[in-house]
Amino acid sequence: MYKYDAIDQQIVNERVKQYRDQTRRYLAGELSDEEFRPLRLQNGLYIQRHAPMLRIAVPYGMLSSKQLRKLGDIAKRYDRGYGHFSTRQNLQLNWPKLEDVPEILAELATVQMHAIQTSGNCIRNITTDQFASIAPDEVIDPRAMAEVMRQWSTFHPEFALLPRKFKIAVSGTKEDRAIVQAHDIGLEFYKDSNNQVAIKVWVGGGLGRTPILGTVIREHLEWQHALTYCEAIIRVYNMHGRRDNAYKARIKILVKALGIDEFGRQVEEEWAHIKDGPNTITEAELHRVAQHFEPMPYESLPAHDAGFDTALASNPAFAAWVKRCTHPHKQAGYRAVTLSLKPHGKAPGDITSEQMHLVADLADTYSFGELRASHEQNLILADVKLSDLFALWEKARAAGLATPNIGLLTDIICCPGGDFCSLANAKSIPIAEAIQMQFDNLDYLHEIGDIELNISGCMNACGHHHVGHIGILGVDKDGSEWYQVTIGGKQGNDASIGTVIGRAFSAEEMPGVVQRLIEVYLKERTDEERFIDTARRLGIAPFKAHVYAEKEAV
Amino acid sequence: MSNLIKDNAIVVDEWTRVTPPVLGEEVVKKQAGKVVLFKLTGEPTYSQEQIAATQIPATGKILLPLSVWQANVERLAGRMAAGEVGILIATHEPLEMLAATFADINELPLIAVFVERFPDGRIFTIGNLLRTRYGFKNELRAVGDVLRDQLFFLKRSGFNSYLIRADRSAEDALASLQDFTQPYQGAVDDKLPVWRRLNRSHA
Ligand code: HEM
Ligand code: SF4
Repeated sequence: MYKYDAIDQQIVNERVKQYRDQTRRYLAGELSDEEFRPLRLQNGLYIQRHAPMLRIAVPYGMLSSKQLRKLGDIAKRYDRGYGHFSTRQNLQLNWPKLEDVPEILAELATVQMHAIQTSGNCIRNITTDQFASIAPDEVIDPRAMAEVMRQWSTFHPEFALLPRKFKIAVSGTKEDRAIVQAHDIGLEFYKDSNNQVAIKVWVGGGLGRTPILGTVIREHLEWQHALTYCEAIIRVYNMHGRRDNAYKARIKILVKALGIDEFGRQVEEEWAHIKDGPNTITEAELHRVAQHFEPMPYESLPAHDAGFDTALASNPAFAAWVKRCTHPHKQAGYRAVTLSLKPHGKAPGDITSEQMHLVADLADTYSFGELRASHEQNLILADVKLSDLFALWEKARAAGLATPNIGLLTDIICCPGGDFCSLANAKSIPIAEAIQMQFDNLDYLHEIGDIELNISGCMNACGHHHVGHIGILGVDKDGSEWYQVTIGGKQGNDASIGTVIGRAFSAEEMPGVVQRLIEVYLKERTDEERFIDTARRLGIAPFKAHVYAEKEAV
Repeated sequence: MSNLIKDNAIVVDEWTRVTPPVLGEEVVKKQAGKVVLFKLTGEPTYSQEQIAATQIPATGKILLPLSVWQANVERLAGRMAAGEVGILIATHEPLEMLAATFADINELPLIAVFVERFPDGRIFTIGNLLRTRYGFKNELRAVGDVLRDQLFFLKRSGFNSYLIRADRSAEDALASLQDFTQPYQGAVDDKLPVWRRLNRSHA
């Protein structure tokens, strides 16, 4: 993974110094709340229900074991001994003290980490596929470009105070796993007909209050122009985005209002002036960065391992885990492993300091000392030998990190919701926990198969409920907490936004509602169908009928 | 003490800013119960009545809103020729209008950009475009809600003078111009991104 040189290190060190002084001035009353707000936000610090919340950047989800150990230590020392992986591949601490944040940043800087631009109205952490570089369907490893873009976007002077936050995702696979269509800018890398690396550029996607999938603004962009083209897009947005109304300030609203043709025309006009300028990426720079992402020193192994095959045949629990939590790898004899942060009955994405240390050890022992965070809020060991899987599983299981539910109903994406977030209409974590307990039967979960259930505590959609096969949204009705249910949402190349099935439910009703949706699916599905396929084929009618009919009858 | 920083030093402000008077009640614009804090790019700033009622000092260097200048071109031509007129635009005013008003934008010794609220980042794009697109070479000043924590970005966006908000110390603010030694990306002050500026390959 990318290692800082003296220049990178100096920037994070100078940042710590700058932020330390900003905090000092705030505490001394020299900065008003209003003035400090964008400063702390650009450093990932929210003021939340119980305490500040600090969001630490994990650029495109890559972590070293050393960094994870440091995060574990920080969570122990400055927080309550746990952290929370978010849907944007970052780590959040829910209880740090505002006065401690400069110290936390100083500690992070010692392991080449920071919290720069993890919130606020600026370019946020750039996200990508958690299986970058190892996925068999990968065309281009997007991480070097993601790092080039991370550096370019860090303290970009022109885009320091945009109308609203700005999220960029990159992907280099046939099967999109980075939800590029749900980002302000999505860059999809591919090889063009001349076998050159090119980019398909999506713009104007985003969830939140007004969920909109992105539109292609350019089918073919040479990679050298990624930065200048993004500058042109963001410049048009910076000048014309709706600053008058925070709910209409995202780029998606501007793109919709102008239409993609007019927006595209303005971008091209802007770009004509800066194309080929100094921010054009050179071969040499891409190469310098790409050296950090060379393939791991893999052993040449056969595609099968006898010990692994035996364990698989004789141990059903291990086999279930292998089925759900390991993933194909480009390199023969290797698998990628997902460590589930979704044990039943615990807040999705939470991880304790002890678990962080253990995962760091596992990464050192089995996966070249590196790991990744996924937007599904799990951790990935990307390069594990088949012959190590059984030993890894036993250790992960003992630490509660091997629930074989990846991609199943209980692998829920969930925002912090009303337990932590001051914007929430309703709690979300207890709903996730209740659903996990309702379906705490692995055989049944495997029977239901692939399904994604996403929960957000309000329409800001941090839990991506719109693109969940089943989406649950917390709503406020006369001051009490209710939940609206959608079905038919999906991420990926054929992304779609879910449809509301009808009136909202109370918290107690929710596990039963999910149960009934599943019943309809199990009854109606054809052999090949996943939940989403059945939902798309039939529409909401039969689901709605079953969920509400039974309710009325009770 | 002056609150003007120019080219890394605190200097005396020679310019008098001319502001059209408020006529009648000031209207507070609201949307869904919330006060609207930012004008959209292209919204008008002053009414014809306000512009007509504007008092312009008879002598000295004056900083005029573009619309006030446009209404007084003939009367002030001599002072313009003498280098006594600077133009002020607000962050929501289109730059095309400014460019269309002057055959050579470098006739102006000073362009000031007024930012009513510091989170309005249009000021950065405006600075950038004035320098890179319109070729403005003279003093480019940020006025209004100008605070030290934005100075570094303003500098990188082409500004070279900053009138710090009256209740803050310009002395303190000076330090912020040096916040980062080697920024990553190319911008107005240093056009080269760090990888073209320095040799990073030996790392
Ligand atoms: C607890 C403190 C949090 C607050 C106050 C908060 C606030 C917000 C707000 C206001 C938005 C909507 C912005 C907009 O649409 O313009 C948003 C979006 C988002 N948040 Fe959070 N959030 C919090 C925690 C989280 C966490 C823990 C995650 C990850 C699990 C997360 C992930 C996201 C994502 C992915 C979006 C983007 C949805 C989109 O594309 O519009 N947030 N957040
Ligand atoms: S979706 Fe709403 S409740 Fe959940 S974290 Fe985001 S802002 Fe808070």
